[in-house]
Amino acid sequence: MILQNQYILNLASKGQRIDKRGPDEYRKIVVEKSPIEKPEGCARVTLGETVVMAGVKMGIGTPFSDRPDEGVLMVNAEFSPIASPDFESGPPSEEAVELARVVDRGIRESHAIDLKKLCIKKAEKVWMVNVDIHILNHTGNLIDAAALASIAALWEVRMPELKGDEINYDKKTNKKLPISSKPVPVTFAKVEGSLFMDPSLEEEEVMGARLTVTTKDDGNIVALQKGGTATLTQDEIENAFGLAEKKARELRRLLN
Amino acid sequence: MKRKDGRKPGDLRPVEIKAGVIEQADGSAMVRMGRTIAMAAVYGPREMHPRRMQKSDRAFLKTIYRMAPFSTTDRCRPGRSRRSQEISMVTREALEPAIFLEEFPKTGIYLFIEIIQADAGTRTAGINAASVALADAGIPMRDLVTAVAAGKVDNEYFLDLEYKEEEETAADLPIAYMPRSKKVTLLQMDGDLSVKDVKAVMQMAIKGCEIMYEKQKQALRERWETRPKEAGREARPAEPAKKPAVKEAKPPPSPKGDSRGKSAKSIKTRKKE
Repeated sequence: MILQNQYILNLASKGQRIDKRGPDEYRKIVVEKSPIEKPEGCARVTLGETVVMAGVKMGIGTPFSDRPDEGVLMVNAEFSPIASPDFESGPPSEEAVELARVVDRGIRESHAIDLKKLCIKKAEKVWMVNVDIHILNHTGNLIDAAALASIAALWEVRMPELKGDEINYDKKTNKKLPISSKPVPVTFAKVEGSLFMDPSLEEEEVMGARLTVTTKDDGNIVALQKGGTATLTQDEIENAFGLAEKKARELRRLLN
Repeated sequence: MKRKDGRKPGDLRPVEIKAGVIEQADGSAMVRMGRTIAMAAVYGPREMHPRRMQKSDRAFLKTIYRMAPFSTTDRCRPGRSRRSQEISMVTREALEPAIFLEEFPKTGIYLFIEIIQADAGTRTAGINAASVALADAGIPMRDLVTAVAAGKVDNEYFLDLEYKEEEETAADLPIAYMPRSKKVTLLQMDGDLSVKDVKAVMQMAIKGCEIMYEKQKQALRERWETRPKEAGREARPAEPAKKPAVKEAKPPPSPKGDSRGKSAKSIKTRKKE
């Protein structure tokens, strides 16, 4: 393990990666739409060997008091112990909380979902959009896989029938969510001064810092998140913006 | 363009920083940025519990950020929230690069950040306080970590947003920065900005960090600097009544890593002299 770590670091100092990918090259991505029927929207994303499933369940609830005319979006992530020897059952870990919040921020800040259109009765009843992220195999870069799965699942949503105060989950309508954009994150790992997109688990284990740049369709940045205990320079960050925007355009096509 | 509180776009809110505000702690600080007030306390390096969290080659920086229930307009529920968990994590990652953790293997450095009043920018205020508290505790550091947020409101870039501005802002970008090495240790953003805007906002936040840096150093000087002729044996007489008696008559530990190589024990002993 230590030998391999050193090997990755040595390669990275020359700008090379252990699996021979280029610095801006993703592993193979497969987006499966609606692999199961029960959720209102669902997607499974395979990124190399990483597998993440996101499901959207619609519900009815009361709006937040400061936003009485808006539906509620909730993103939750579970690192299920089946996915990695490092995951434990129990309350969500720091990493799971961070992942859910980064995905949430991308969707929320891009205003991908028009929450105002999810109001049923002002200050009383609104639609709740629950996005649940389930990790099924962890071999690195969970943030990108989870965000791609979440946004794909949201686009797949077919609203269930509303009968008075109750939702009839057995009957789905043809109505989609009021959704208009596809925020896509691109995550970099800084290994020995090199910035690598889509870090594998081996690279994540030796990386110093991590940077996620989420852009929406028009190229605007909607979320940033730095992770890891090393530092980044202003140049490295600004350089990442351009690379992320370009790559996100490529990734977005996989969601169409 | 003037801002709601009369500030210019590139102005920080009125800043007050005080080191050594919690007598029981090994190091502590209070930071006020406008109406936002953060307090930080450092305990340790001391034994790390639970022991499975011990790191064989360095200290673990246990970081807990929390908000007092009365710190917000609507009472915020005490205890951990997802938000506070995330902020605890990014705060730890923002501070770790500055600390010589490898000097204290197997120990824990406990850092507690409490938001007394929240009016936007609580994570940056918390990091500013934490960084001064760590230096106040005599923990060897490469630099102080300093943090400020900036954003864009109505086509203008504003530094250090207050809550009323944050509500209507197009974006908020907090940054933590080590001014000596010009390294970014925390970067987050939520909002909707073009790449050009993000670069400009980031530049403004970094400028703000440099101003904040001076205030942090000033606070440490006020607490620890002695008059030259008294050669480190007497505390400066300024505001003696406000300083806890036991903290007087101590030589200053340098916050900037000069004390590297001294063990935690020697720092502790020195504090008790």
